[in-house]
Amino acid sequence: MNLWNKLMCYSRRRSPWLFHMNGGSCNGCDIELIASLTPRYDAEQLGVRLEGSPRHADILCITGPITHNAVNAIKTVYGQVCGPKAVVAIGSCPATMNVFIDSRTLDGPLERHIPVDVFVPGCPPRPDAIIQGVAKAAEILAERAATKSPVAPVVMPLVGPGCNGACACGTATPTESAASEVQQ
Amino acid sequence: MILLHDLITALARLLIFPGLLFAVPAAWFFLWVERKAVALMQGRIGPPFMQPFYDFIKLLGKTTPSRPGVAGLLMRLWPLLAVSAAAGAVGLLPVLPSSGGFEGDLILLLALLELPSMCIIAAGFSSRSIFGEIGSAREAVLSVSYNVVFLLAIVSIAASQHTFRLEALAHLPASPLQILGILAILVCLPAKLHINPFSLPNAEQEIYSGPMTEYAGPELAMWELSHGLEWVAATGLVATLAAPHLTIWWLAALVFVAISFAVVLLLSAVAAATARLAIDTTVRFYWQCTLIFAVLAISSALFMRFRS
Repeated sequence: MNLWNKLMCYSRRRSPWLFHMNGGSCNGCDIELIASLTPRYDAEQLGVRLEGSPRHADILCITGPITHNAVNAIKTVYGQVCGPKAVVAIGSCPATMNVFIDSRTLDGPLERHIPVDVFVPGCPPRPDAIIQGVAKAAEILAERAATKSPVAPVVMPLVGPGCNGACACGTATPTESAASEVQQ
Repeated sequence: MILLHDLITALARLLIFPGLLFAVPAAWFFLWVERKAVALMQGRIGPPFMQPFYDFIKLLGKTTPSRPGVAGLLMRLWPLLAVSAAAGAVGLLPVLPSSGGFEGDLILLLALLELPSMCIIAAGFSSRSIFGEIGSAREAVLSVSYNVVFLLAIVSIAASQHTFRLEALAHLPASPLQILGILAILVCLPAKLHINPFSLPNAEQEIYSGPMTEYAGPELAMWELSHGLEWVAATGLVATLAAPHLTIWWLAALVFVAISFAVVLLLSAVAAATARLAIDTTVRFYWQCTLIFAVLAISSALFMRFRS
């Protein structure tokens, strides 16, 4: 790998620009994504910027259990993001459809429509988990662009209380969440 | 021999200081200072020092959607034109003792400072995106509003001295007229640089990214660079007018950089402290409230001419 490629790889990891898309979410995860940019969590330290246009973005953040209405929009926006790109599924909904699993208005999970690189479980996930997931996605994106080989999707570990076990996401057992609550 | 010497110094100005070799890192530095200052004022830590450089390199490595035909060609052309105009404007600033040529020609400098905003207007319309068209229309309205004040302020300083050479204006002793003119220019700078409270053309959350909505990869990198160079040129213009006359060249350069930096901090503080105004409020602000600076400046300039 020559110097230019090394610099490019490093820059891609240090400058993830996000485009956020709601695929029928209850707005819980959307609020947490915005919270990760606020002074308390300050994702801009990692170079994260929330962009207005999918053309500017590197990482597509999708929340929600993917309704029929959202599918075409998601595919269009995924096509509009210029490569190299990565997709982060935020929350349990895009991964498993969560408590909405039996709904006839859904066409999930997200993986059926576009390739997903990082799953951030939680209902909703904590802002620090989202930042960790975005950083991981930027790493995957840089690695895939440099080596031109596919990288397997990653499921991030649960951070903090996260899922309380009441939903069907299956990412946390009641005992785990109870333990984390005790730690807090 | 003298001609060759002039040519070499002119090239050195354009390519080294205050031209490209100084201007491009300075553009990244000013973009970082703006982001960092806003972050600190919001109680955040903010982006690392090299962030604008990483963003630029990353954008160079991204793909662009294929755009056939004249529209695609134009979309590739506008950002390059904007960057070269802004870089030329920085190169014209008479920071060091001058040698002649185009050096410090005020009319050319104003034209070059205006070109990036023209490019943004054309870029939004040629991208055929509805958000781009709204952004371009806003940029056009904004440019008509602030340029009246901006140009009147500069013309009044020039008219009081019977010259359009920036260098002669820079060496003036401080006068009330000059202070008035600099104040009027400072009020116009947030609109010229599209920062709060006049971030109307690229109003994020409102019309996506305005004229830039359809631009991706290297083209967007060029827009970011031209925005940074505009920062350097605009703050450099204020620094040139405000700096005291110094004969030692390194001290002159140092004072130039220090005043530019102070102006960037001031503008970032204004950007962090304010929210975006609506377009009608902005137009009213420039035509009703700020025009008074320009009218005062131009009338005092005329008065000075009649008296002398």
